[in-house]
Amino acid sequence: MVEKKMSQLEQVLRSGRFAITSELNPPDSANAEDVNRAAMILAGFCDGINAVDASGANCHMSSMAICALLTRIGYEPVYQISCRDRNRIAIQGDILGAAAMGVQNLLCITGDDVSSGDQPGAKPVFDFDSIQLLRTARMMRDERVFLSGRKITSEIPLFLGAAANPFVPPYDWRAQRLAKKIVAGAQFIQTQYCFDIPRFKEYMRQVRDLGLDKQVYIMVGVGPLRSYGAANFMRTKVPGIVIPDEIMDRLKKTPKERQQEEGKQICVEILEQVQEIEGVSGVHIMAYRQEELVAEIVQEAGLLPRR
Amino acid sequence: MKKFSLIFQELIYDFVHWAIQPLKPLLKPNSRMEKIIIPLEKLAKEVAYNCQMCGQCILHSTGMVCSMNCPKNLRNGPCGGVRLNGHCEVKPEMKCIWVRAYEGASLMPKYGAELLRVQPPVKRNLQDSSAWVNMLHGLDESSKVEWLSAEEQEKLEDLWSK
Repeated sequence: MVEKKMSQLEQVLRSGRFAITSELNPPDSANAEDVNRAAMILAGFCDGINAVDASGANCHMSSMAICALLTRIGYEPVYQISCRDRNRIAIQGDILGAAAMGVQNLLCITGDDVSSGDQPGAKPVFDFDSIQLLRTARMMRDERVFLSGRKITSEIPLFLGAAANPFVPPYDWRAQRLAKKIVAGAQFIQTQYCFDIPRFKEYMRQVRDLGLDKQVYIMVGVGPLRSYGAANFMRTKVPGIVIPDEIMDRLKKTPKERQQEEGKQICVEILEQVQEIEGVSGVHIMAYRQEELVAEIVQEAGLLPRR
Repeated sequence: MKKFSLIFQELIYDFVHWAIQPLKPLLKPNSRMEKIIIPLEKLAKEVAYNCQMCGQCILHSTGMVCSMNCPKNLRNGPCGGVRLNGHCEVKPEMKCIWVRAYEGASLMPKYGAELLRVQPPVKRNLQDSSAWVNMLHGLDESSKVEWLSAEEQEKLEDLWSK
């Protein structure tokens, strides 16, 4: 009975198999076809597809709508909710609505500030922080009440996730912050892009020392850099992404027409390395505007067949 | 030096906490006395901590740094956008509130571990009221649902020394 209600992602992680999630590039259209097409490329290789919530504070089709479209065609979404755009009343309602459409995986994130997006004049909401959002979602699921104490009249089967960024300061506090997220309700974690393996290893050592790897499934964020220019943009303009100099040099030394291939190769190498780290349960592949590479990356990292 | 300053601030916190208890019957929410005390509280905390008057002060739990100065109003720790120099994603010239909070808490013998408290959502309706009055009458913490069990919270705070 309980088995049936589990999301596919939760089942894979619980079974101890190496899990893979990826991200759908949200369309700037009102075409369901755009979502279907993007999902089709990813679905065969992933245990869950993230529907991003206006990441980078840029406006796209909403994550809620993308989730609805994905569940319609039988794919499994990971519903991202950021705290930037909606207050607690809207968010709790959205969680109910998403669950009603068959969404089970929820990823609770703070969200990039509006200043990094295409409409910096927007009002930042941040009514919740990510930990308060997690705790509230857990409360809705486990205690079946809204934050006010008012009853919810049905079950809400949810698998709760959170983000982590081990690659930025305060480094030594990052593992303890993860512990906070776990207590608040996080069952799985998707990390920010991992390019700095030594730093990540140190983080995982701290995570293991606190015994957290036994309490949460950690999926490492990886992704192919499309070119030196794209890497430079991510490194300087996108908050929270750290790319070490060695990787930048490696791309710079590669002729322009081969940079995409090199970026993919770096991604495969990182994926292979993080798989070996104790406490890592899966990867989250972010291939913005190069979704077609996800299949190749999964294959070249030796992660096929998937089912 | 910084450590002494923080230990001193812990003592002041304890003192204020103790000293205002007998004033509970006088200091009622929305009373004229609250109106009188608000400017005093504001002055004291604004000079020292750039207090934003959220009305539910958790300063001693966040390394004696006012977390409401975080542009994202985070109450439970840093976001993932902290810059490599430890500065804020939104305001590059400002050091991240949570980098400072962690540094402060690390030097605080009594309340440092409270940095691991899972802080409940901010009650926006307490904005610009007196945190002292709200604390005396439990307005800052009252809630119909249990936010986190004492047992869970204790287990978490035990990690601080690890």
